[in-house]
Amino acid sequence: MPKITYIEHNGTEHVVEAQVGVSVMEAAVKNMVPGIDADCGGACACATCHVYVDPAWLDKTGKAEPMEESMLDFAYQPKENSRLSCQITVRAELDGLIVRLPEFQG
Amino acid sequence: MTEQAVIIGAGQAGAQGAQSLRAAGFSGRIVMLGAEPAPPYQRPPLSKAYLQGTLAAERLALKPHAFYAQNGIDLRLGVRARRIDRSAQRVETESGDAVAYDRLLMATGAPPRRLNCPGAELPGVHYLRTIADCEALRPVLAKASRLVIVGAGYIGLEVAASARKAGCAVTVLETQARVLQRVAGPEISAFLDARHRAEGVDLRLGARLSGFEGRGRIERAILAAGEIIDCDAALVGVGAAPEIALAVEAGLAIDNGVATDDQARTSDPAIWAAGDCASHPSRLYGRRLRLESVANAIEQAKVAGANMAGGDVTYDAVPWFWSDQYDIKLQTAGLAEGADAAVVRGDPALARFSVWSLRSGRVLAVDAVNDPASFLAAKKIIAAKTPIDAKSLADPATDLKSLAS
Repeated sequence: MPKITYIEHNGTEHVVEAQVGVSVMEAAVKNMVPGIDADCGGACACATCHVYVDPAWLDKTGKAEPMEESMLDFAYQPKENSRLSCQITVRAELDGLIVRLPEFQG
Repeated sequence: MTEQAVIIGAGQAGAQGAQSLRAAGFSGRIVMLGAEPAPPYQRPPLSKAYLQGTLAAERLALKPHAFYAQNGIDLRLGVRARRIDRSAQRVETESGDAVAYDRLLMATGAPPRRLNCPGAELPGVHYLRTIADCEALRPVLAKASRLVIVGAGYIGLEVAASARKAGCAVTVLETQARVLQRVAGPEISAFLDARHRAEGVDLRLGARLSGFEGRGRIERAILAAGEIIDCDAALVGVGAAPEIALAVEAGLAIDNGVATDDQARTSDPAIWAAGDCASHPSRLYGRRLRLESVANAIEQAKVAGANMAGGDVTYDAVPWFWSDQYDIKLQTAGLAEGADAAVVRGDPALARFSVWSLRSGRVLAVDAVNDPASFLAAKKIIAAKTPIDAKSLADPATDLKSLAS
């Protein structure tokens, strides 16, 4: 299973084995990684699953669709490499993915 | 005695309450009683992806299996509470057990309102609230049956969309003059009405159901005006009623659900309530509200959990809701009741627009269709009670982000 590393704002690292086909958000929630709230359960309705994708992984994770982009505008401290993790689907090619979590969600 | 919190209800609010109680530093035991056999799960997919068969069952769970044991939460499923003995501070279950508490959270939810008409008990008449309900309804869609849906609220419309996707012949019966009348404005109703009809839904507004008929199972729906609609099954979505039987019997204050203050506390200082079953005073809207939404369940339970651990948190979030029908994402922030003006931004014909409900120059609510930016901006504007110039809002050149900051 692909491994994803979530780095909390305080630097704590969590390496989880993620199932192919679930979202990066779900993999975090399933593995009790703190810092991803996912209030709407992945319905792209709340922007509380916001993550910063490590620059080395921007190509492989791809770009956000326009709707996600407009939601990211309202996330806490959005940056160029911001994504809503409920919109990134885990694939084999994402093995080793690193994402950082913002200080706050929503 | 050892500190022991009991939570009645293992749904969205119950699970959040347990999590927040633990996160606030509560080190006592937490016992959760859930009537359903499944651990806490998300209900929204039951009218959408899970009904359509495109979401695996294990993805419904709100928390991973290990969460409960890891957080010292004794999750007892298939256990229904029968009575709360407030003087002895214990909950009696239907199987005769007694669970002591020094703090109690009621998160019993709101089961669907049942129809009372002739034929309402016929096999083939479905409701939708639980995983079991959904699994009973799924074969109806798989057979591309003729489905009559009673009620054009969120549940009715979402199931209509799922059923059309599955190839069912769908008739929706609604007593009101427009769809989603209770929760949305005329522009949103008109937009959804048009889409459902374009997708082949036989939508009947102002239609009253007289009853169902059939030999051994439902075969037709009879309208009050006399028309007969042949069908293979019916799905009833006519609202939900708060589950308050335990609270009533225990003598707790009731007011459109279990009455709580703005800190989620009931009339008993050792008992809190959160989610679909509870009402609270809204500072934002100046009236008592009972909200049936995931967001309310989460936010109110966060407050309850924190306060059950000795906190002093007030519940003050902007209500919000969402509904997915076909490829339409409807997001609603706030409550529009009492609006004196409505401003439409964007173009309904392009299926991307928002309707802003104002009162005295302030935003009460926004319905956003495929426009999450407006939805998120609105949440901020509503919370801040920012005075808004309607002309400026209506001008497409106005940048919402600047209005929201």
